[in-house]
Amino acid sequence: MTIYGTGLLAACVLAGLIVGDFLGAAIGVKANVGGVGFAMLLLIFSSEYLRKHNLLPQPTKEGVQFWSAIYIPVVVAMAAQQNVVAALKGGPAAVLAGVLAVVVCFALIPLVERIGKEDASSFRTQVVTE
Amino acid sequence: MEKLIVDVLVKNGLLTGFAVVALTMMVSYWLSAKFTRGRLHGSAIAIMLGLGLAYVSGVLTGGQKGVADVPMLAGVGFMGGAMIRDFAITATAFGVHLSEIRKAGLSGIVSLFAGVVLSFVVGAAVAAAFGYDDAVSMATIGAGAVTYIVGPVTGAAIGASSDVMALSIAAGLVKSILVMVGTPFFARSIHLDNPRTAMVFGGMMGTTSGVCGALAAIDPKLVPYGAMTSTFYTGLGCLMGPSVLFLATQALVG
Repeated sequence: MTIYGTGLLAACVLAGLIVGDFLGAAIGVKANVGGVGFAMLLLIFSSEYLRKHNLLPQPTKEGVQFWSAIYIPVVVAMAAQQNVVAALKGGPAAVLAGVLAVVVCFALIPLVERIGKEDASSFRTQVVTE
Repeated sequence: MEKLIVDVLVKNGLLTGFAVVALTMMVSYWLSAKFTRGRLHGSAIAIMLGLGLAYVSGVLTGGQKGVADVPMLAGVGFMGGAMIRDFAITATAFGVHLSEIRKAGLSGIVSLFAGVVLSFVVGAAVAAAFGYDDAVSMATIGAGAVTYIVGPVTGAAIGASSDVMALSIAAGLVKSILVMVGTPFFARSIHLDNPRTAMVFGGMMGTTSGVCGALAAIDPKLVPYGAMTSTFYTGLGCLMGPSVLFLATQALVG
């Protein structure tokens, strides 16, 4: 049933938010700390488990996938209720932050890719010498 | 007659929200196809329209909650509010398979952490340079440079003001658009033509819509690989932003 998927998702979100609230209280931050991240991890692990045990039929999957597909529209709705008028006063900060983040990260892609490869090849030579 | 229609729209706010956002998406995808030949993804245009509508509403109503301050559009506020937002964002993690994450190997993991931390540091540094030098604002704008999802999630968790939240979304949006539009031009220079590089690309840049839009323009077969790491990136960002990264910023600037 489709509601099983939506229910699983809801349970993961609630559990994640509870963990986030507890963590926030524990470290003295007056808010939810990483609740959505925990919820995502929970969903990844639980759906992996259910998949392995053949407990994820198509209708159940659809109960999650609908909400996954609706996420861009939700982000649009979120964008539409921001205080853009106030944000524009600081305009260049947003543009510069975005542009610099892209430039720095993009430039480092070949480097990061090589780190993995070097590791793989050194592992291989190690195996060979053994 | 007119009052009757408006009454129904106000009373069923969430449904009005769904309809209005759907219409916005439709217009955006049409604009994307008609004027950019799909190069600028419809979702990016829709978010820009959303921010634009928020601006117009802000000017007209003098409020701080964008279109949510217009009574007829209050449902858009509910749709983009914390509950449904968290629900939908979590759902995107459903597409991630642990076994495939493992296959990305060390470079995939390094790219995820490097991408999140580097973007955050760059964003926070720029924020400080523009006078947003308190830990909450720096962390929120830094998180916005991670993605436009991580920004507001972090900002909401640590209690940032609405204008800082909007700035962080704007930073993430600039990043998303730039990744989407710019990557196809520089794809060859980083050898972005295989699943492995696509995974590192997704892990470094993270913005799912930007990565998917860019990869779709380069080679549609690469989309799921980039989408997977970039989806995980959002989770990692949501996890690290309001916790370790915020605490580190707080320790640094006091």
